[in-house]
Amino acid sequence: MPLLNVLLTAAPAAASSASNYFPIGLQLLFAIGFVATMMVGTHLLGPKRRTGDKLENFASGIESHGDARQPMAIKYFLVAILFVLFDVEVIFFYPYAVNFRGLGWSGFWSVLMFVGFFAVGFFYIIKKGALQWED
Amino acid sequence: MNLLAFDWALLIEKLVLIAIIITISLVVAMYATYGERKVAAWMQDRVGPNRAGPFGILQPLADGMKLFFKEEIIPNSSNKFLFILGPCLAMLTAMMTSAIIPWGSELRIGDRVISLQIADINIGILYVFGVVSMGVYGIMIGGWASNNKFSLMAALRGASQVISYELAMGISLIALLMLTGSLSLKTITEQQMAPGHYWNVLYQPLGFLIFFVCALAECNRAPFDLSEAESELNMGYHQEYSSMKLGFFLFSEYINMFISSVIMATLFFGGYDIPFIDESKYNPNLMAWLGVGALMVKALIFIFVFMWIRWTLPRFRYDQLMNLGWKALIPLALINMVITAVVILKYFN
Repeated sequence: MPLLNVLLTAAPAAASSASNYFPIGLQLLFAIGFVATMMVGTHLLGPKRRTGDKLENFASGIESHGDARQPMAIKYFLVAILFVLFDVEVIFFYPYAVNFRGLGWSGFWSVLMFVGFFAVGFFYIIKKGALQWED
Repeated sequence: MNLLAFDWALLIEKLVLIAIIITISLVVAMYATYGERKVAAWMQDRVGPNRAGPFGILQPLADGMKLFFKEEIIPNSSNKFLFILGPCLAMLTAMMTSAIIPWGSELRIGDRVISLQIADINIGILYVFGVVSMGVYGIMIGGWASNNKFSLMAALRGASQVISYELAMGISLIALLMLTGSLSLKTITEQQMAPGHYWNVLYQPLGFLIFFVCALAECNRAPFDLSEAESELNMGYHQEYSSMKLGFFLFSEYINMFISSVIMATLFFGGYDIPFIDESKYNPNLMAWLGVGALMVKALIFIFVFMWIRWTLPRFRYDQLMNLGWKALIPLALINMVITAVVILKYFN
């Protein structure tokens, strides 16, 4: 019986917190409907006079050569990897910032240590030249 | 049980609210294109659009209709599914962020209280970041699917710029969160409205500055519009697009500009707070409407500043952009965060 009671009282609370997100789902449906309608609309309304030249890739008037999907500068990939790395660290700050007043000075010192780790990693990638753009 | 006892009035209320808010953001985005051209004209001592209707006021409608009736071109070498998905995703993410913004306080109709916010969730800011980072997929997919070298290059630039500035943006907000102790935009607004409490920009001027610069970069606005650097890339990541698919890309950019203006107004400038007035003393319904108006005025001022910057500053070079984002804004935001923490713990706790 106590277990049943817990389940019964827990259920509405959980439902109400999930129901906060319900309007977002509604809006998503609304947005998808809007985008789909517009896409179908523009597809049906526009003229369709396809020619081979028109459907070729535009390269400022000259003929386009080869495929665009060639190896790109590694720098872009590096930025993406560093972003993932640092963004995860930034996300760790969020719960701290919300509970910051309650944690007081002891929490601050711990987070300062974490900021220290963050800074060490940051200086490491700068010294390594990962953020050097001009050769 | 809970599902059966569903509040149908709430469903209708939310649907109406969603329809109104999305329509408003679309209309504001449409007229932002008009505003952009008028502001540009004004700054360059020109007249700007003045043919369609009085003062050219119907110009955005004409432009939208034109895009609708244009031929839809999907290049032969492109990936068709992704080519269509790109602009859809850009538009979808632009339309989703408005869900958690508190547009005003509450309306009372009879004994029903209608909140002017689609969803008050306790992770509001994280939701914004989540949706905004989805926006980069629109650019990336659009650029990649076109299979055009210029588009791909622009998309890569755009993507790396957006993710780089997202870091500094995230850190600059942490100092603000230390002040507020909440991620809900509604709570943050109400705190700023409380008597004896000022707008957050007074407590976090540096945080706001960093956030503003990052917002410019996130929206791909000049001086950070490297993904649309037409002088070196022909046009940008949407070069192969035509008809409403191109319209979606252009439109989503303006919606993003509007939404980020509203978010900045909410986080740092009191949201729907009317300055120097104690709202609780007056008729709540009237104050709710005036509050919506106040938020709109603040947002429009921000949009104007965005345009002002675009027509004043030249474009950054790619290495300057990256250096500013990584080597200036991130350390600055970190220092701002630590200083804020020390000051709050020492003097205000």
